[in-house]
Amino acid sequence: MLMEVKALSTEFKLKRGTVRAVDDISFTIDEGEILAIVGESGSGKSVTALSIMGLLQNPGRIAGGEILFKSQDLNKLSQKELQKIRGNRISMIFQEPMTSLNPVWRIKDQIMESIMTHMKVSQKEALARTIEMLDTVGIPSPAERANDYPHQMSGGMRQRVMTAMALSCGPDLLIADEPTTALDVTIQAQILELLYRMREKFGMAVLLITHDLGVVSEAADRVIVMYCGKIVEEADVKSLFARPLHPYTVGLLQSIPQIDDESDEPLYMIKGMVPNPLRMPRGCPFSDRCDRCLERCSQEMPKLQDVDGHKVRCFLYDVVSEGGHAQNE
Amino acid sequence: MNEVLMEILNLSKHFILDTNLFGKPTIVLKAVDDVSFTINKGEAFGLVGESGCGKTTLGKILVNLHSPTHGKIVFEGKELTALNDKQRRSYCKDIQMIFQDPYGSLNPRMTVGDIIAEPIIINQLLPANKVEERVIYLLNCVGLAQHQRNRYPHEFSGGQRQRVGIARALAVEPKLIVCDEAVSALDVSIQAQVLNLLVDLKKEFGLTYLFIAHGLNVVKHISDRVGVMYLGKMVEITSKRELYSNPLHPYTQALLSAIPIMNPEKKKERIILKGDVPSPINPPAGCRFCSRCFKELDQCKLKEPLLKQVSPNHWVACHLFE
Ligand SMILES: Nc1ncnc2c1ncn2[C@@H]1O[C@H](COP(=O)(O)OP(=O)(O)OP(=O)(O)O)[C@@H](O)[C@H]1O
Ligand SMILES: Nc1ncnc2c1ncn2[C@@H]1O[C@H](COP(=O)(O)OP(=O)(O)O)[C@@H](O)[C@H]1O
Ligand code: SF4
Ligand code: SF4
Ligand SMILES: [Mg+2]
Ligand SMILES: [Mg+2]
Repeated sequence: MLMEVKALSTEFKLKRGTVRAVDDISFTIDEGEILAIVGESGSGKSVTALSIMGLLQNPGRIAGGEILFKSQDLNKLSQKELQKIRGNRISMIFQEPMTSLNPVWRIKDQIMESIMTHMKVSQKEALARTIEMLDTVGIPSPAERANDYPHQMSGGMRQRVMTAMALSCGPDLLIADEPTTALDVTIQAQILELLYRMREKFGMAVLLITHDLGVVSEAADRVIVMYCGKIVEEADVKSLFARPLHPYTVGLLQSIPQIDDESDEPLYMIKGMVPNPLRMPRGCPFSDRCDRCLERCSQEMPKLQDVDGHKVRCFLYDVVSEGGHAQNE
Repeated sequence: MNEVLMEILNLSKHFILDTNLFGKPTIVLKAVDDVSFTINKGEAFGLVGESGCGKTTLGKILVNLHSPTHGKIVFEGKELTALNDKQRRSYCKDIQMIFQDPYGSLNPRMTVGDIIAEPIIINQLLPANKVEERVIYLLNCVGLAQHQRNRYPHEFSGGQRQRVGIARALAVEPKLIVCDEAVSALDVSIQAQVLNLLVDLKKEFGLTYLFIAHGLNVVKHISDRVGVMYLGKMVEITSKRELYSNPLHPYTQALLSAIPIMNPEKKKERIILKGDVPSPINPPAGCRFCSRCFKELDQCKLKEPLLKQVSPNHWVACHLFE
């Protein structure tokens, strides 16, 4: 096991109240594994990533839990100690590459800087490695393009440069937050293929954050579905798509138009919308939108439990439910 | 039989980015370049293509937000591009546009009711005492409640704001609605709600759509026919069934193969295109797709392929089909 997140909660204290953006989530990532987190906007995906990286901005703070990376609790490290791990053992790429690229520096200077901060190499070796990385991520004529400034490149190329920088020190874990969301499908296909190839080549693990279930299905080994800051389902990718259990997962999968669907039927709709994070329902966070809502759903919070190899948070799968019999089907 | 609602003939929009001392254009960006197609009454015509290929520019020309550099638009038999400004404006209410960004396109200082009422009042469509009734009716049509009439846009979610934008477009009883990435910014669960709404309204009001999107699954769901654009050019037009089962243009093939499928058991054969979309300021000579094409022929760099009919209802611009 490479990383274990235990009961992580992250809060934002606002004037109008406290938003618990990540609420008691636990998961593990194995070496070389691609773990996807999906969920709609605001479900806490990015906050999870920023918490792991120690990059939360005020007023955000980790309210509890542990983030064990190779058995070391990242949350207990000083910023300085974290810095050593960040960009070296764990690195991150963002939806908008310009958040991590400096507009006034040449591409090569940024990547070399990152290499030289973390590895004991000469300037010459760092340059050679930079060009090699740019080549690996598919930048044409890398030796020349290394002299470009970020604005001289297209969105897809910037995304590749950021990936090259993130991979330059051979991290054990890459956190990719919506790495393809801003890109066109043909460029998205290039980047996903790149992530896959890098995993094969360097054996790193990837925490892939996305709202696109198509991307998940293509790239992930295992999937976590988040809703309102909570994990509502977790399963192996094949099992999740073949047999989704949580009503939210089921609804999501049905509401997406399928490319091979020839019918003219209306799409399945999940009614309503995500609740205001300051006014969460008391019971199951999905209860006001759920087609199968039971009486107790709006009163109590279901627990995340093991069902058929999935983890699922829903009373439908409660073995000892109120009526005393299993409602699992 | 299909009745033509709008005919678009050799339409171009060239943006002049720089001129020399004498006012002569030196840098010209051909955002839309010599595009022709027709939109039939009552259909949804889908328009797909990668970012920057000219979809929004084309849509904006149709609703008169841009004037074309060349070409004709014929709407219900009337040549709009031959009219003077005043005459042209009288057709504006027939052709409406819904935008991608429901945030930017609504005035933050107006209540949603007033936003919907405004075009009715400006176009003097109803006597003053009938406007309110109509506003409430439109709110209900798009699934919003009467009590939300006096709220401001910031009090709504993205999906609800998109509904307000749709109600505003419907207010003037248009015949054609250009939907520019109308659901692209929405979460999947909300996307399905708005897509179903658009399908229902189309039936109810007998509307015609030009449906612009980069999400091919969304376009397939809603469209009858689809046009594929690449760098300002229309490269393929056909019925949606034909496009998805028998794509002919290499770009369309790559685009379709790039869509992730939602079945992890099947690993899809994928055409990974090389490189990026070239700049529209300096597009490749000959076929504009030749820098990324995996089937390129000798003549592709020399001669531009024209959009030709290769079977009934299937048009493609590629030297492989000449
Ligand atoms: N007012 C303008 N002045 C100069 N260039 C423009 C203008 N509007 C658009 N362009 C350029 O025209 C080209 C086509 O733009 P357009 O907005 O139509 O693309 P699009 O297909 O809608 O892309 P997207 O999918 O990103 O919305 C782009 O290269 C764009 O930069
Ligand atoms: N800087 C911040 N200040 C206040 N609330 C925030 C901040 N960043 C995120 N949040 C809240 O945390 C929740 C989760 O956000 P996020 O993790 O960004 O969602 P996503 O799943 O779309 O990545 C949301 O309710 C969001 O409004
Ligand atoms: S716990 Fe109840 S409301 Fe929540 S998802 Fe399950 S059935 Fe629906
Ligand atoms: S004309 Fe040539 S370069 Fe263009 S798409 Fe056809 S085969 Fe490819
Ligand atoms: Mg996010
Ligand atoms: Mg556009």
